[in-house]
Amino acid sequence: MYGNDFTAPDGLRPAPDAGGDEPASFLAVLADGGRIEPRDEMPEAYRRSLVRQIAQHAHSEIIGMQPEGNWIARAPSLRRKGILMAKVQDEAGHGLYLYAAAETLGVDRADLLDQLHDGRQKYSSIFNYPTLTWADMGAIGWLVDGAAIVNQVPLCRCSFGPYARAMVRVCKEESFHQRQGFEILHTLSHGTPAQRAMAQDAVDRYWWPSLMMFGPSDTGPDAATGHTAQSMAWGIKRFSNDELRQRFIDMTVPQAEALGLTLPDPELRWNDERGHYDHGPIDFTELFDVIKGNGPCNQERMAHRVGAHEDGAWVREAAEAYAAKRAPEAVA
Amino acid sequence: MSTPREPLWEVFVRSRRGLNHVHVGSLHAPDAAMALRNARDVYTRRQEGVSLWVVPATAITASSPEERDAFFDPAADKIYRHPTFYDVPEGVEHL
Repeated sequence: MYGNDFTAPDGLRPAPDAGGDEPASFLAVLADGGRIEPRDEMPEAYRRSLVRQIAQHAHSEIIGMQPEGNWIARAPSLRRKGILMAKVQDEAGHGLYLYAAAETLGVDRADLLDQLHDGRQKYSSIFNYPTLTWADMGAIGWLVDGAAIVNQVPLCRCSFGPYARAMVRVCKEESFHQRQGFEILHTLSHGTPAQRAMAQDAVDRYWWPSLMMFGPSDTGPDAATGHTAQSMAWGIKRFSNDELRQRFIDMTVPQAEALGLTLPDPELRWNDERGHYDHGPIDFTELFDVIKGNGPCNQERMAHRVGAHEDGAWVREAAEAYAAKRAPEAVA
Repeated sequence: MSTPREPLWEVFVRSRRGLNHVHVGSLHAPDAAMALRNARDVYTRRQEGVSLWVVPATAITASSPEERDAFFDPAADKIYRHPTFYDVPEGVEHL
């Protein structure tokens, strides 16, 4: 559901240092617009950067199952329930594609999960917001998955082959996610006054966090901060956070008009000169605060994730014991 | 807290009859039967395949990227293996 690479400004992680150890073969492939494959030579900092980003992306997919899983049992119809289950199952699948992509860089999925569970690795801050009403399923599909698609489409051309290929699969599946969200909101916004109010409330709560998903500002005076410049030089990132955010806003405003809902930004208006929508300032202190663990649901999400992992331990152990017991037969 | 290291399997999917199996990714599973079931759920949720192979990743021997040039070099100077190498007199057809 989401991939980016940023952290709070006082995070422990220093900006990656290419350190001049970039092999000629690596630079030649990048210059040619080609793909780096797992066994190719690559700078250690490139490898580390990708492991962190892909792992964070994978973690976001599997944590992203929780806010929506919350509504499966309460979906308003069998049709909606079937759709929501299929979507949540897709998120698990996306997590698995991404863990597999990360493993091609020489890490182990079990280690990545351990790092998620003990807080060394993060997931997208968007999943630390609660899903209070059924309309939130609509807002998440339309806005959160919509923002994720804008971010993920350029990753299909990322310089690391396995990540790019995983993203192609993810993007194909993601478009159903966004449409089903839009459909939920469209139904509600054309329903009773109470349903309409519920849809508007969900959009009001998810609009700003969705814009923050693209990460802090990284153009103009902020161009030197963060990891955008290095990620772009390595062909991991193709556009700045600000460019992608603008693209998302420009796509979304007309869709909101079609829904008959308003976006909660009084400064949002078309700028003929720029050919884009202008928007009000984004409060990134909230984003950094949520990343640091102070969002409304950080603790709940992690407790649920660790609990599910521990509760499933006996299944993994049983499957392993069964495989070990059967192994001699298979050889004979 | 540690997680058991389940073996890694490479997954190949035949998308429809008449096509070959193509590598689509990998997954972890304790044994081959579980690997097949997991592969179905992870890689064919939208009818992407009519047949699946799972192969233990450790069973694959791969050529080395560092030796790529030398390894594939013997084919580089044998352009006479391609039909375009040959001159065909004008007007000769079906050749």
